[in-house]
Amino acid sequence: MSRLIRMDRTGHTTVAEWTTDDPATVSDAVAAFRAELDQGYFAVVTRGEGQAEQVTELPLDAPLVILRRPIAGG
Amino acid sequence: MAPNALPPSAELELTGALPELATVYWRPRASDQSLTRAGRLWTVTTVAHSVPFVAVAVVLTLLNPITLPVALILYAHAWAIPELYAARGAGVVRSRATGDGAPERRALMLLGDLIGLGARELHERTGLVIERGQLGTWLLGEAGALLVRPGGRRVHCYCVKATDRTLPAGDRIAHLLLALRADETGFATVANLAFSGAVWRLRRRLAPGGREALDAASARAATRAATAPEQSGAAVPARP
Repeated sequence: MSRLIRMDRTGHTTVAEWTTDDPATVSDAVAAFRAELDQGYFAVVTRGEGQAEQVTELPLDAPLVILRRPIAGG
Repeated sequence: MAPNALPPSAELELTGALPELATVYWRPRASDQSLTRAGRLWTVTTVAHSVPFVAVAVVLTLLNPITLPVALILYAHAWAIPELYAARGAGVVRSRATGDGAPERRALMLLGDLIGLGARELHERTGLVIERGQLGTWLLGEAGALLVRPGGRRVHCYCVKATDRTLPAGDRIAHLLLALRADETGFATVANLAFSGAVWRLRRRLAPGGREALDAASARAATRAATAPEQSGAAVPARP
């Protein structure tokens, strides 16, 4: 089961869960993913130790996709 | 659009680069060479600020020893200037008020999943997350980052933070960690340089936990420089 989580004031919230075997969960997850990006979140997938990748399409094979807010210089 | 979101005009076609680079489009992308240059520039600027005070103090003392009290004040100014810069640098990793509730615990669980055991233990003791990069060894706090350059003797202090102020501390660090891992040079470009100087000068201005983390980062950076000297001075491409 893959998860899409959003870092927020609660620590993090699970936005969607999907398995590639279940097209309904996939379409729900893709819709939720797009909605979060439209809200200004950025999506990141960890790729092994010390590596991460910005994504704009939901990577269905990733076990965990994390949504984050923008960062800025202070 | 949600608060803190980038305006549509700032959106980038993502190619692995941090989308936040659009907000600092005028800055050249940071690189190993640009960081070395920035460090030297900081040193030159600090010397240029301090040396005139010392010079005037020496001249006054030579002209008339009765001006010694004034000369001492000038010496104090010369000493204080680099110390104030270092204090500014230390401020970027000063711990903010941390909540102890469920959100903070959930955030720390996620952060713990992202980092290794050693980094997790260091974070528990110091509040800072250590992360090795191509530009050096990073220490990430809630609202700033330290970059210890290869060799372990120079440190760059950056003001950089997640734009959502309601996030728990663990999530704020996780934001910086994920951005750093996605695009290290982009991260160093987006962040604002607050101080660059000797590790020993910054260390004196840090809290005990920060000193421990800085020691660990310096040791790691020194080790890395010893084992990978060919990387010194090399251009660092953005991570794909």
